[in-house]
Amino acid sequence: MIKGRVVAKLGDNIDTDMIIPFRYKAKTTDYYELAKHVFEDLDPELSKKIKPGDIVVAGKNFGMGSSREQAPIAIKYSGVSAVIAKSFARIFFRNAINIGLPVIEAPEAVDKTDEGDELEIDLEKGVIRNLTKGWEVKFKPYPKMLMEIMKEGGIYNYYKAHGKFPWE
Amino acid sequence: MTKTMAEKILGRASGKDVSPGEIVEANIDLAMVHDLTGPHVVEVVEEIAGEVKVWDPEKVAIIFDHHVPADKIRAAELQVIMRRVARKLGIKKFHDVGRGGICHQVLVEEGYARPGMLIVGADSHTVTSGAVGAFATGIGASDMAMVWLTGKLWFMVPESIKVNVIGKLPKGVYAKDVILHIIGKVTVDGATYKAVEFHGDTIRNMTIPDRMTLSNMSVEMGAKAGMVPADEVTVQYLRERGVEVKPFGPDPGAHYEDEWNFEVSKLEPQVAAPYSVDNVHPVSELEGTPIDQAFIGSCTNGRYEDFVEAAKILKGRKVAEGVRCIAIPASIKQYMKLLKDGIIDILAEAGCFVAHSTCGPCLGGHLGVLGPEEVAISSSNRNFRGRMGHPTSKVYLASPATVAASAVEGKIADPRKYL
Repeated sequence: MIKGRVVAKLGDNIDTDMIIPFRYKAKTTDYYELAKHVFEDLDPELSKKIKPGDIVVAGKNFGMGSSREQAPIAIKYSGVSAVIAKSFARIFFRNAINIGLPVIEAPEAVDKTDEGDELEIDLEKGVIRNLTKGWEVKFKPYPKMLMEIMKEGGIYNYYKAHGKFPWE
Repeated sequence: MTKTMAEKILGRASGKDVSPGEIVEANIDLAMVHDLTGPHVVEVVEEIAGEVKVWDPEKVAIIFDHHVPADKIRAAELQVIMRRVARKLGIKKFHDVGRGGICHQVLVEEGYARPGMLIVGADSHTVTSGAVGAFATGIGASDMAMVWLTGKLWFMVPESIKVNVIGKLPKGVYAKDVILHIIGKVTVDGATYKAVEFHGDTIRNMTIPDRMTLSNMSVEMGAKAGMVPADEVTVQYLRERGVEVKPFGPDPGAHYEDEWNFEVSKLEPQVAAPYSVDNVHPVSELEGTPIDQAFIGSCTNGRYEDFVEAAKILKGRKVAEGVRCIAIPASIKQYMKLLKDGIIDILAEAGCFVAHSTCGPCLGGHLGVLGPEEVAISSSNRNFRGRMGHPTSKVYLASPATVAASAVEGKIADPRKYL
């Protein structure tokens, strides 16, 4: 179960350059350092506001653009526990699963959520509860293989735990 | 059952009959990394396997293009790592500085990408190889690490969208204008998760370089793959590269989730305004917008034919005072052909800064990073905030001809009056 406060409600088409500008992607492989610059070109103050466990909510096509895994990595290492969006760009979605950042498609939940709301997410059952406003919204849980990867915290951890990839 | 191109390719690669929505494990025919994404892949592979290895060195390509030649110590360090890895693994499809060019250009012009192949690349513009009828898609470093170790990757079989483009393109209007027009209509998430197929007489009459522009930018509408059926044009293009292939396309009567129809015989040159690729306008609506920089190049529009069109406009003219025009061919082969045919001369005499093949300024890397409030017009593929440099800079996207005309006038200009 994921529980956290909505630190930001972002708009549509948040691209990978807004998530982590190229000037940092090229520079650092220290993920905590990278995370200090997350969303910098969108809102220079946002990364300072993020507390461990916080949730980011966004509009449609979140993560469009580059294939670089540093985009979900920067979000994860900033302390964000999940991203709920109306939809995700496909490469970002794959990368997020692979590095163990929960990404949830739930358009209705996005519309009904405001900054500062407390949310509870049950990935396996596919339920988001807004503890501040008192509603519950269902979403389609991950297919089995993706859920297994997510439960282990990403594909690398999955391999370490099982000694093989999910399809082997 | 009749199948789309995506369904045929993913079915063949996973050894079974597949339908949209299904998750399959597919064998990869070709896996490409470049100088920026490669080191991250190597890192993950080493963490998992204890050493760097690949399932089949013949099916792996390592191509240096993003920070080429190394522009800072960090870039040089990453290239040292990848050179060592390429040597250790015996990668023949390894293209170092000066021996290839932009990865997507190299995959097609070397004949590595072929009809019906399943290709993955650690770069979002891997979709470019769809121009020769391959299912080619971008993936991240962890995905690529799995491919290097097992030769396989999971895919959700996408729904397919059929894009029909008909009509003869008017003078001064190109494949770039067609794809900008399409993205403007369907928006930046119009094809998210989908496989796009380009059909119609306009497409059949396009060269492979033109088709590469279409496929390249299909990711800007969210597509997982952007494919053109391989026909006689494709067969001939690859034959010239010593590769014999057969035409490849969807089955007649294949099911498409959607069909989009475009008639382009009256299309104007198109320009995508900041900060979104779908903020597309006819050039007449943006004419006169002052620019600081013009860039002709990138995997989208850095080919021989692109510079020939630009040179028609730049010949005997000068880049406007106060404007820089940067011209970067997409590969050494394109560069050498342009050199031999005197096109580079024309560009240089007009005052262009002509550089050797690299991604360069497209992604704000080097060779023309924008300063605060600066405005560029570019033949590349993205105009996101901060894409080519400072977060307050602005990028307009257009065809090489529109970029060249704008360079001459120092403001966004219609290329048709020069052609």
